[in-house]
Amino acid sequence: MSESSSIGIVAPQIAHFTDPLPLKSGEVLPQYDLVYETYGTLNADKSNAVMICHALSGHHHVAGKYAETDKHAGWWDNLIGPGKPLDTNRFFVIGLNNLGGCHGSTGPSSIHPQTGKPWGSAFPLLTVEDWVTSQARLADYLGIKQLAAIVGGSLGGMQALQWTISYPERVRHALVIAAAPNLTAQNIAFNEVARQAIITDPEFHGGDYYAHKVVPRRGLRIARMLGHITYLSDDAMGAKFGRKLREGEIKYSFDVEFEMESYLRYQGDKFAGEFDANTYLRMTRALDYFDPALAHDGDLSQALAPAQADFLVISFTSDWRFSPARSREIVKALLDNELSVSYAEVTAAHGHDAFLMQDAHYHAILRNYLKKIKVGGQA
Amino acid sequence: MSNTSIKFADAAKSRHDFALIAKWIKPGAKVLDLGCGDGTLLGYLRDTLQVRGYGVEKDDANWLASMSNGVDVIQMDLEAGLSGFEAKSFDVVILSQTLQAVLNTEGIVQEMLRVGHEAIVTFPNFGYWRHRFQLIAGQMPVSKNLPYQWYDTPNVHLCTIKDFDEFCINHHIEVMERLVLTEQEPINMMPNLRGSLAMYHLKPAE
Repeated sequence: MSESSSIGIVAPQIAHFTDPLPLKSGEVLPQYDLVYETYGTLNADKSNAVMICHALSGHHHVAGKYAETDKHAGWWDNLIGPGKPLDTNRFFVIGLNNLGGCHGSTGPSSIHPQTGKPWGSAFPLLTVEDWVTSQARLADYLGIKQLAAIVGGSLGGMQALQWTISYPERVRHALVIAAAPNLTAQNIAFNEVARQAIITDPEFHGGDYYAHKVVPRRGLRIARMLGHITYLSDDAMGAKFGRKLREGEIKYSFDVEFEMESYLRYQGDKFAGEFDANTYLRMTRALDYFDPALAHDGDLSQALAPAQADFLVISFTSDWRFSPARSREIVKALLDNELSVSYAEVTAAHGHDAFLMQDAHYHAILRNYLKKIKVGGQA
Repeated sequence: MSNTSIKFADAAKSRHDFALIAKWIKPGAKVLDLGCGDGTLLGYLRDTLQVRGYGVEKDDANWLASMSNGVDVIQMDLEAGLSGFEAKSFDVVILSQTLQAVLNTEGIVQEMLRVGHEAIVTFPNFGYWRHRFQLIAGQMPVSKNLPYQWYDTPNVHLCTIKDFDEFCINHHIEVMERLVLTEQEPINMMPNLRGSLAMYHLKPAE
């Protein structure tokens, strides 16, 4: 859209929490930092806050750039900014890096306050519920009692869903995008292969590789390559790479022959250079564990009984990892509770990653839905 | 009255059958509108009867219009059935001028009466005399209620009032009320010949 523009230059901030955080696993995080960014202005009655929950490898840098020379803007910059679907002229948008992350929030690579060394393998396993608790504390810290909306795709969508269960009075709208009420066996299997690639890397050292001044780069690289395949659709990969050869002819070797291989290796290398393996293990585990229906004999409708928010649920037709059928399970549970819910099944070729793409219809859905959200006067 | 209410009231004026459908629905009822289009009917029922409702719509543009109109709308293909809805979870399930455009007609009417305590079905009467005249003259009928040529019509299952009456008997469906209209006027004499639009209020036979 021509009238929309980028949020411009942004800077991350740190919130330090000294209240211990009891975790679902039974462990307690004694103190922690959350790194976050905000865009737009919190209005006088603090009714225009929107929190963005990130997916598996995400972080707090959702929109804008850190410097004019930055090649890339935040990961959801196409959605957030002045005049964009999540219009920062109306909304105060908060992006944060989840606990256990590797982009500033307290995680396995952070220094343990008692030992003076990185947490490493001692860092506890976190769940979606734990993240939501910590996010609610960040909202408290920012003086926000109720979010106009909680928004997330994939693992972020699971957090948005959990918000409506954990803090029903604190969420007016929940946008649950390309998500599922739990992972299928096939999804857990993919996560396990990814974790095994990391854990069996000789440089993993049981998770305490920081002390050895190495990183399990090979394992992380393979884990990311595997993940990347599952986030795309066969059609999208076919359209982008097909069977295109790197050098125009087959060379009968195990070097890069096909463009597809080149792309995967590039993505894997890039990721292994910037992401922490211990974080990857923990984020995939949080995905595996998420299952709000578990405590209700598998009855998702019962699990969602506390929810009060209005919902927008979106799935993408070519998403085979979080298929539309999984989103429809969420929708059914919301209908069973007679909640306000609209559900869109967006025709898209890009597979699971479609939720990050600039698709005209998808963005029109978000724009029109968000436009209806009532917020108080500007500060 | 809010702006949207005025909008729905205006829009509903062009669809005379909406006000008649509203007469068959109790205030505050829980309603499912299949093929809800841009959500006008549900918006109208919400504003006039305070119904709680959801629309079902397959088409992207219609879905977006419904949602933008403040109507909760679920995107799905009716042909796949209503498996996302619990039995008897709605007071009334509506199929307004869509029956003729569905492939699995039998299955959808049965699904409506599974999910709803009652159903409302409206459709253009293929037995209307103008349609019969066009057929006698050797052409497929084209009219206000059937505004398509044979080659571009979405209508695949056209029926007459007599056909639908028989369908209900054969499928153990009780016709609670039936209303036949032409140019918004009720037709009581020879409705299958003189009526252009049929409206049925249905429930499963005891």
